[in-house]
Amino acid sequence: MRHTFVALVEDKPGVLNRVVSVFRRRNFNIESLTVGHTHQVGISRITIVVDSDQTEVERIMPYMYKLINVLQVEDLTHTARVSRDLAMVKVNATTENRSAIMQFAEVFRARIVDVGNDSLIIEITGDEEKVNGFVDVLRPYGIIEMVRTGIIAMERGTSTLLNNMAETQNIELPIEYKMASGN
Amino acid sequence: MADGYARACGKVGVALATSGPGATNLITGIVTAQMDSSPIVCITGQVASPLIGFDAFQETDVTGITLPITKHNYLISKVEDIAPTIREAFFIASSGRPGPVLIDITKDAQQAEIEWEYDDRPVHISGYRPDFSPLPADLCRAVEMIQSAQRPVILAGHGILISGAMQEVLEFAERTQTPVASTLLGLSGFPGNHPLSLGMMGMHGEAWVNQTIQNADLLLAFGMRFDDRVTGKTSTFAPNAKKIHIEIDPSEINKNIAVDIALVGDLKETLQKILPNVQPANHAEWLATIEAWKGDSSVRNIQNLPDNGHLYAAHVINDLWRYTNGESLVVSDVGQNQMWTAQYYRHDKPNTAITSGGLGTMGFGLPAAIGAKFARPEMEVWAIAGDGGFQMTQAELSTAAQEGIKINLAILNNGYLGMVRQWQEFFYDRRYSATPMKSPDFVKIAEAHGLTGIRVTRRDEVADAICKARETPGSVVIDFQVEKEDSVYPMVPSNASIDAMIRRPVPQIADR
Ligand SMILES: Cc1ncc(C[n+]2csc(CCOP(=O)(O)OP(=O)(O)O)c2C)c(N)n1
Ligand SMILES: [Mg+2]
Repeated sequence: MRHTFVALVEDKPGVLNRVVSVFRRRNFNIESLTVGHTHQVGISRITIVVDSDQTEVERIMPYMYKLINVLQVEDLTHTARVSRDLAMVKVNATTENRSAIMQFAEVFRARIVDVGNDSLIIEITGDEEKVNGFVDVLRPYGIIEMVRTGIIAMERGTSTLLNNMAETQNIELPIEYKMASGN
Repeated sequence: MADGYARACGKVGVALATSGPGATNLITGIVTAQMDSSPIVCITGQVASPLIGFDAFQETDVTGITLPITKHNYLISKVEDIAPTIREAFFIASSGRPGPVLIDITKDAQQAEIEWEYDDRPVHISGYRPDFSPLPADLCRAVEMIQSAQRPVILAGHGILISGAMQEVLEFAERTQTPVASTLLGLSGFPGNHPLSLGMMGMHGEAWVNQTIQNADLLLAFGMRFDDRVTGKTSTFAPNAKKIHIEIDPSEINKNIAVDIALVGDLKETLQKILPNVQPANHAEWLATIEAWKGDSSVRNIQNLPDNGHLYAAHVINDLWRYTNGESLVVSDVGQNQMWTAQYYRHDKPNTAITSGGLGTMGFGLPAAIGAKFARPEMEVWAIAGDGGFQMTQAELSTAAQEGIKINLAILNNGYLGMVRQWQEFFYDRRYSATPMKSPDFVKIAEAHGLTGIRVTRRDEVADAICKARETPGSVVIDFQVEKEDSVYPMVPSNASIDAMIRRPVPQIADR
C-alpha cells in the first residue's frame, strides 16, 4: 500500500536528513521525495511517498513529529487530495515518427520543450498514472533519458497544513506564520 | 557519569569531549541516555569551520553520527550562536520526555569573542511541543474505567520519577487500593516496602507480579513504554485487561501494546486532574489472591534459605539492603547482578535505583555511581557490578580516587559473563562459549588506585565487609566471590508469555 506524507519543516541544514532517517531506520524504501520552499520564509515542505505493507508505516507520523525541526506532518493517503508528478522524457525521434510522437504528446497535454536532430524532450505533468501512461506510450520509440520530480500533494478544499498545525495541537500560531497564512 | 548525575538529581548532566575520538567515545553513553530518557547535554569540539569537509586532523561528522541517537543535535560554527543554542539544548534535554542533546562547536567559534547579553525570555522552538495534555473527555472515560475495575494494577514506570509524580501515584494507589508493579527503571518511584508494592514485573520479575498483570482487568500504565522485557509475547500480554496509558511521548501510544485510553501528557499533572474524581475503592479479594500467589513463590526464594556455606549474590544484595536500611542510592551495572539488585534491594526513597535499562550498557555502573555521588553528595552511594561489566569501565576508579569521592563498589564476581552463561545453560545446552572469565585481582586493583579493597568468599563475612566499606573514608571495592553458576529466577524466556516462567527448581534448593 502506498502512503503519501506531507510535512512542513524548518528550512535549515540537515533537516531533510533527519526526516529521511526516520524512514531509513525502519528500513522503508522511499519511492519519491520532494522538497521545496513554501510561501512562508523559513518553512519548507516535504512530500514523501512510501510503498509498504507493514503497518508500521502508519505509525511513522509520531516519529516525524518527534523531530524538533518538523512543524507539521500529515498522512494524505486517505484524504481527498491533488497530487502531481512532472516528467521530462528524452525520446528517439526520426523524421518518420516525429509527428506521431507529437500527436501523442498533444493527447496527453504534454509539451515539447526541446527538438534535436534525432530526439525530442517532452515535458508532462499530471497525476502519477497519467505520467506512467504517457511513458508507456513513448517506450516503443526508445526512451533515451527520463527524469521525474516525484509526487507533490495537497489536500483539497480550504484546509492547509499550517492551519491544521495550529488546530490539531491546540496552539496559537506564531505571529509570523499567521500573517503569511492569511489569517 | 553525566547520565548518572542527571538520573540522581533530575538536573541536566553535561559531558564534554574533544573532537574525533573523544566525541565517538561518547556514543554508547548517549544511546544509554536516549533509551532511558535521561537529560544530558554533550558538548564536543569540532575542527575549525573552514576545515570541515577536508578530512582534517580529528575531523569527524559528529552530528551525522549522533543524529539518530540524540533527541536533537547542533553544529555551531559562529560564536554568536553558542549561547542561544546552549539554552535551547538544556531546554530540549530537560523538557517533555527528556533525552540527550549534542552540541558540536567548531574551534573557530570557540576561540572567537563576542559581546553578549543573557536572554532570559522563555525558550520558544516552533517545532517542539513538550507540553501535551490529555483531552477532558478521555480523562472522564478513564475515571469511569478506573471506577468499574475489579482487578486493577498500576504499571509504574520511569515516568513517575521523571515527572516527580511519586506522591500522586501513592495517593492514587492507596485510595483505590490498587497494587503497584514496577518496571526496572520504575523501581524507587513507589515505596518498595509499601503493602501495595508488588515489586518488579517482566522477564525477571517476580512470578506473582506477572501473574497479577496477566489476570488483571485494568492496567494503569504510568509513564512506561511496554518494553519487550516487560511484555514478553505481546499477543498474550494481559489478555483480559483494559489499558489506560498515561505517557508524555505520543509516539509511545499503541506502539507495542494497543491501549483503550491514551492520556498524553505529564504524569503528575494528569494524575492531579484525575485524583479529585476518583472514589476510594477496596479490592480486598483481588489483593488476597495476589497475596496467595506470593506465598507460593517464597519457597523458591533463595533469600529464605539457611546459610549453607554458599555465597549467593541474593544474600549479598539482601544484606546490603539490610545494613544500609534500604536508604542508599544504588547504581547497578548490567547482567545478573542488575537483576539480583532489582529483586533484593527494596527502595523506599525516590531516585535511589539507577541502572541502564533500555540499552543494558555494561560498564554503566561505576561511572554512573560517581556521577550520582556528585549530584547527591549527602547520599551513601553503592555501585553493584559484575566481574565483566566492572572491567569495561574500571579506569573510572582513578576518577573516584582523583576527585576524592566516596562510593562503594560491590563486584558480584561469579567468574562468568553470568547472564549470557545463564542463557547458554538454559537454551544452548550449557555450551559456555566465551563466557568464563579469568579476572585480575580486584582487591589489588583497588589498592593500585590508592583505594581500599576487600575480598569476601563466605556468607558470614558479608555484613562485616559492608560495614567496613561504609566506615572507610575513601572509595571501597568489595570483591564478592559468589556462586559461579547461579541463575536469576524466575525467568520468562524471550518472547514467551510472561506467566510462562522458568522457576528456581525446588529440589536444587533442597540439595544445597
Ligand atoms: C557493552 C555490553 N556488551 C555486552 C553485553 C551483553 N551482556 C549482557 S549481560 C552480559 C554479562 C555480564 O557479565 P558480568 O558483568 O560479569 O555480570 P553477571 O551477569 O555475571 O552478573 C553481557 C555480556 C552488554 N549488555 N553490554
Ligand atoms: Mg559475572
